[in-house]
Amino acid sequence: MAGTALPGRLTWQLAELVGAVVETPQVKTLVFDVPGWPGHRAGQHVDVRLTAEDGYQAERSYSIASRSDSTRVALTVQRLEDGEVSPYLTEELRPGDKIELRGPIGGYFVWEPSDGGPLVLVAGGSGIVPLMAMIRTRAAAGDDTETHLLYSARSQDDLIYRDELERLSGNGLEVVYTLTDSHPPGWTSYTRRVDREMLSEVAPIASEHPLFFSCGPTPFVEAVAEALVGLGHETRAIKTERFGPTGR
Amino acid sequence: MDELMLDGNAVAGLLQEVFAVEMTTAVGTCASCGADGPVGAAHVFRGAGIVLRCPHCNNVLAKIVKSDSRAWIDLTGIRILEVTL
Repeated sequence: MAGTALPGRLTWQLAELVGAVVETPQVKTLVFDVPGWPGHRAGQHVDVRLTAEDGYQAERSYSIASRSDSTRVALTVQRLEDGEVSPYLTEELRPGDKIELRGPIGGYFVWEPSDGGPLVLVAGGSGIVPLMAMIRTRAAAGDDTETHLLYSARSQDDLIYRDELERLSGNGLEVVYTLTDSHPPGWTSYTRRVDREMLSEVAPIASEHPLFFSCGPTPFVEAVAEALVGLGHETRAIKTERFGPTGR
Repeated sequence: MDELMLDGNAVAGLLQEVFAVEMTTAVGTCASCGADGPVGAAHVFRGAGIVLRCPHCNNVLAKIVKSDSRAWIDLTGIRILEVTL
């Protein structure tokens, strides 16, 4: 049924690369033009499919980084050394090249300004991507929902979107970093893995009923979810997106 | 803890392919412990097929095996599936 548009049914579409931004040595943002893109909600993802000459296919999911009213689709992709798909996307793909994708996908790990807050976003590494779509959507809508981003990365050079986050902070958005492996001289923020104490310092208390979104490697998200439950937050208010041991 | 564990979101595309509606916001009731929750919050394990487990009691909610043109879906672990139409 490929190519047959049925209501609700996902179909593979050709997406053309129209721009690329190097975010960190390992991470690139790829901007695609997708004809007829219906728009998306912050936190949704797309499936990307690559087909080799011999017919072998590899499929991966990537979070959408762009804000929800964007007509183009920006994916921020981390290159995994032993990856099947990410090295091709980040190193081989050139403007004008086309890939197959389908989406937008998912309705659970999604935030819209009308959902309100306080909002707490907890990112591990490239887990920042769907949370950045929420922050961008919030900013573009002129929304001032109380929002706390706790973003864990190995080093300062591994922080994605750092300049933009600096620009967007204030107006109800607090950005807090923790660097787990190395930090520059004079670094005044956290320098350890996210733990219960850190979360209690960054997030509003349970009686304020904050909404949590956490995305990152599975062990990271597990630790965050466990700590939040330990702090008395409701399980239903904690939405998670785990992407396995190494990233997608 | 299993480092390979994912969430219902991870199979959102496959589920939408099979059911033709967005399924991560569908609410499933576990046939074992009776807890209900969105499919997006289920624990997902990928192997030869895909296994969805209840985040409360670890019961197997669903098993999905897919080929290029067919899918086999075992839903015996879900008592009720509430889908928004």
